[in-house]
Amino acid sequence: MALLEIQGLKTHFKTEDGWLHAVDGVDIAIDRGETVGIVGESGCGKSVTAKTVLKLIDMPPGKIVAGKVLWKGRDLVPLPPEAMQKIRAKEISIIFQEPMTSLNPVYRVGEQIAESLRLHEGLSRKDALDRAVEMLKLVRIPTPERRVNDYPHQFSGGMRQRVMIAIALACKPQLVIADEPTTALDVTIQAQILDLLGRLKDEMGMAVMLITHAMGVVAEVAQRVVVMYAGKVVEEAPVRELFAHPRHPYTQGLIHSIPRIDLDARHKVRLEAIPGTVPKLIDPPEGCRFAARCKHVRTECRQATPPLREVASGHRVACILDLPT
Amino acid sequence: MSVPPLLQVKGLKKHFPIRGGLLRRVVDHVHAVDGVSFELAAGETLGVVGESGCGKSTTGRCVLRLIEPTAGEVLFEGRDVGAMGPQELRGLARDMQIIFQDPFASLNPRMTVAAIVGEGLVIHKLADGPRAIEERVVQLLETVGLSSDHMRRYPHEFSGGQRQRIGIARALAVNPKLVVCDEAVSALDVSIQAQVINLLEDLREQFNLTYIFIAHDLSVVEHISHRVAVMYLGRIVEVAPSRDLYTSPRHPYTEALLSAVPIPDPTVARKRIVLEGDVPSPIHPPKGCHFHPRCPRAQAQCKTDAPVLRELAPGHVAACHFPN
Repeated sequence: MALLEIQGLKTHFKTEDGWLHAVDGVDIAIDRGETVGIVGESGCGKSVTAKTVLKLIDMPPGKIVAGKVLWKGRDLVPLPPEAMQKIRAKEISIIFQEPMTSLNPVYRVGEQIAESLRLHEGLSRKDALDRAVEMLKLVRIPTPERRVNDYPHQFSGGMRQRVMIAIALACKPQLVIADEPTTALDVTIQAQILDLLGRLKDEMGMAVMLITHAMGVVAEVAQRVVVMYAGKVVEEAPVRELFAHPRHPYTQGLIHSIPRIDLDARHKVRLEAIPGTVPKLIDPPEGCRFAARCKHVRTECRQATPPLREVASGHRVACILDLPT
Repeated sequence: MSVPPLLQVKGLKKHFPIRGGLLRRVVDHVHAVDGVSFELAAGETLGVVGESGCGKSTTGRCVLRLIEPTAGEVLFEGRDVGAMGPQELRGLARDMQIIFQDPFASLNPRMTVAAIVGEGLVIHKLADGPRAIEERVVQLLETVGLSSDHMRRYPHEFSGGQRQRIGIARALAVNPKLVVCDEAVSALDVSIQAQVINLLEDLREQFNLTYIFIAHDLSVVEHISHRVAVMYLGRIVEVAPSRDLYTSPRHPYTEALLSAVPIPDPTVARKRIVLEGDVPSPIHPPKGCHFHPRCPRAQAQCKTDAPVLRELAPGHVAACHFPN
């Protein structure tokens, strides 16, 4: 049994113009200790999927219209808020993109780390603060005994993200959802954070659901990759397989539209941009959602939504065509 | 004598005052740009990379005199930009344009696309009468991949990529020679980013444009630039032809920066140089070489003497006492 199994998930949002189909039938499974990257561009539904798992979506306007979120076999969708609270931070935790806004500015960082320890592990204030110091040491913050009493504004962006990681890992969760954890950071700081996350994952053995728009980050960190487009999963494969043999025209386009610094001038060609823009998710069109931008499109593509089908071991693609890779 | 380069920047400095206390006296300065010099030939693209706070955007803005430099000279076609009066500066605005990062904040939400793109034509009297202006606007929109139907619409009706195209059309309206692209593609999704990069490359060919391409994304900068300057804490630490910089970086900061860029290919195994700590504050930058507290190769000399840029290979300069 997978640790987390998302089945046919649909999360929609009520807007003035109608229902927005942000996540529209998503299946993702994550095993124990596995790092799965979820990639896609703005509005593809990757963050909403992650937030639905922890039920961090405001409802209304959001609504889980269909599907299941099986956590160790138990469906989280019908759980009442109190039961969800027991799972959040303790079993599944989340790291957000914005280290500037996701920490509370009026509490010392030590107290913010201690909060979940006191709540979930029933530690006393003193014990929880001692553990907070250990956590800061774990995420390699220099002089943790002193920094535990500092406020978030006294930390740099990279340091704040380390604090966020310390909070997320404090109760030793089995799954950490990292929602664009390095997007707001400079590249050298990103390298530090990815390095740290990877090392902690090895030490603590948790599974990681890494949400990102950066193919480079996925390539370096994930074992398996799920590509999303306009609310749906379009392709899924082990990381090497995905980059070596991308099957969906969107995945192919994504990989070819990134400038590569590791290739020399001979290989340097014009970037292969994907024409057009993502479709509107209010009353999305019938059929494949990528059809309007796809250079291989056929009539059948617009008639029915292509299901995910297995093309190689662990490699599934939602495209009716057998494109060369 | 040969033709002077299109742009020469000499010893540019910009120190922003920090005010404090009851009387709002100047208590300190942020050394945003701390002695930057470079040259740019017509038709060339110079990439400027560096992390947040390295002074790359401030440098771009000082070149255009959108902000007043504290010291140093900017010569455009041999003319001193710093000494220009209001009249001359207006003329300069025809020659030098800028494209900003945020396609949401850099277009006036109350103006139609036609008004935004046509504004420069009106100010610089580049078209006679409404008909001529409209014709030119349509032509510009088509150049950047939009259509005449878009003229009467407002910015909020467009996606990020389309807005960036509007910003490009606005910059092109006055037939500039130099365009500063300040993180022009950074806010865009990769598939859209590729469209805009290709467009900028096409326009460079078509109109013989010179770009200063400022960005934090090294892969993008390397792709579009002929030469790249790397900045760290207000100073240029290395300049080289794009390919040379990436294949044989001389400055340890450049080396670390390059090794930190994630490569979208899981089969590429690399040794990553992870720099310790954060960029120090530009209020009191470290003495000597600004990079020495984080440098794996720092020695005693680095703490006291600021290294100057010196040529290590043809066209390849670096400011390091112990270069590769």
